[in-house]
Amino acid sequence: MLDKRSKYLRKLILRMIEVDKRGHLGSAMSIVEICRVLYDEILNYKSNNPDYKNRDIFILSKGHGCLALYALLADKGFFPKKELDTFCKSNSILGGHPEYGKIPGVEISSGALGHGLPIGVGMAIAIKLKKQSRGVYVLTGDGEINEGSTWEAAMAASKHSLYNLTILIDYNKMQSYGKTSQVMNLEPLADKWKSFGFQVSEVDGHNIDDLKTSLTKFNSHIQKPKVIICHTVKGKGIPIAENNPLWHHKSKITDQEINQLYAFLEN
Amino acid sequence: MRKRSLECIYKLAQSDERIVFIGSDLGAGVLENMKKKFPKRFFMEGIAEQHIVGMASGMAKEGYIPFINTIGTFLTRRCFEQITLDLCLHDLPVRLIANGGGLVYAPLGPTHLAVEDVAILRALPNMTIIAPCDADEISRVIENTSNWLHPIYIRLAKGGDKIISKNSLKFKIGKAILLIEPRNALIISTGIMTQRAIEIAENLKNNKIDCGILHIHTIKPLDKESLLYWIPKVDGVFCIEEHSRIGGLGSAVLELVSDYIPNDTYKINRYGLPDNFLNDYGSQETLLEKNDLDIKTLSKKITDKMDELNVLNKRR
Repeated sequence: MLDKRSKYLRKLILRMIEVDKRGHLGSAMSIVEICRVLYDEILNYKSNNPDYKNRDIFILSKGHGCLALYALLADKGFFPKKELDTFCKSNSILGGHPEYGKIPGVEISSGALGHGLPIGVGMAIAIKLKKQSRGVYVLTGDGEINEGSTWEAAMAASKHSLYNLTILIDYNKMQSYGKTSQVMNLEPLADKWKSFGFQVSEVDGHNIDDLKTSLTKFNSHIQKPKVIICHTVKGKGIPIAENNPLWHHKSKITDQEINQLYAFLEN
Repeated sequence: MRKRSLECIYKLAQSDERIVFIGSDLGAGVLENMKKKFPKRFFMEGIAEQHIVGMASGMAKEGYIPFINTIGTFLTRRCFEQITLDLCLHDLPVRLIANGGGLVYAPLGPTHLAVEDVAILRALPNMTIIAPCDADEISRVIENTSNWLHPIYIRLAKGGDKIISKNSLKFKIGKAILLIEPRNALIISTGIMTQRAIEIAENLKNNKIDCGILHIHTIKPLDKESLLYWIPKVDGVFCIEEHSRIGGLGSAVLELVSDYIPNDTYKINRYGLPDNFLNDYGSQETLLEKNDLDIKTLSKKITDKMDELNVLNKRR
């Protein structure tokens, strides 16, 4: 069951969907709790000073999940909530993928898959070189890690002992066409990351307490990068969208459908 | 040229703590001195160009200035999306040092010939493209990068080429160098083709063609001012490059002329590589000869064209 805050954040997402009657709804609903725990409990940041020098870095590598990120950034005051009502409109700061330089709090422009991890590795190396204690968190999709660049970067993260890097994988087991097990099977996923030299944990990606525990329980004395495989449900909280590839990205959503989406969250 | 560029990066690293070097499984012993002196700023990564460009972007976002070095084809084709998005979209100061620009790796075949690198990179906003003409010029290029906080692609030639550049001609990124003032013909060249341009101009002198040379070390941003000043003053313009005729220096010059002085477009002649994979080996020199880019053939082509143009000019 989703609690009040999870429902509230999802309503912010629907508020954006309503603007242009489109969006990656399933991909965003899947990561609401991951983003919520990061911004509520883990990340060090100042929403009134996004370039704050001691901030942790959060990279949403699966840029198409941006509706969840926008909801959190607006909720935390990086920009006014009224911006949500401009989603995908001309002159909006909020596009269908997040852009650096436009949206306060967004560290990199993402949208093309397989870019966030190599960039995150570079930032983690730089932060280590500068002897800073900031963390780098990269949230990737499960379909996204089909990209070879992910595994190039994984080898490098291990080689450079990036203990300051945490990868969160949104493992909802669905990609655009259908099930990851059929499109490009990722299993055995945990063993893959272990063999690449990572500390690995698995968690229910919608359970707030478990997410928080898994983000804080890693052995900090082990100089290894970390990966958290977050078992999630695509479209979580919206029964017609759950595990339904037709809601991975949807456009021309009708007013009737939007009312239905809100109704799911009310019940 | 490559050896000199690496020496310059090491020298720059001594005075600028932002400089880091990233190689992609380069030859044994590369930049050993920098590795010893600044081990934390020397990275020899695997054969993973997509990752390396992303990693360099991440480091640049955190205030470093990475110099990446590997073979030109792998540094452009393999990681084009990373260059486009991670570097150019974010406008970050990462330097791509490309070995073997043009036909340098002739014996290794088409997988190693960087003949469309300028074309694909020139289409990217925020990108700077530089092709120095000799080892001394590469030193000036590297020295001048410190305050140019944007992505830069530096196209290196084979090395061991004659030194033709001069300190007195003052190198500045984006500013062309007039090596010889033209009277009736102008060769516009980049990279080591400028070396050939000097010999071609000598040959043309014997044919009573007074030919100048404008060396375009920076192909992007193009020195609009110099080009629009000199092109109207001559009868014929000859762009020569070790690159596909599609999208390189010649195309850039023609686009500029078409946009600003369209009545002069008839003067522009572009000599480069044809639109096909070069199905041969041999040496850089033999491939240039087979594709009509050797000094003798170019001298003849320019002479013939000047005859045609002179006829044309008399009629206009």
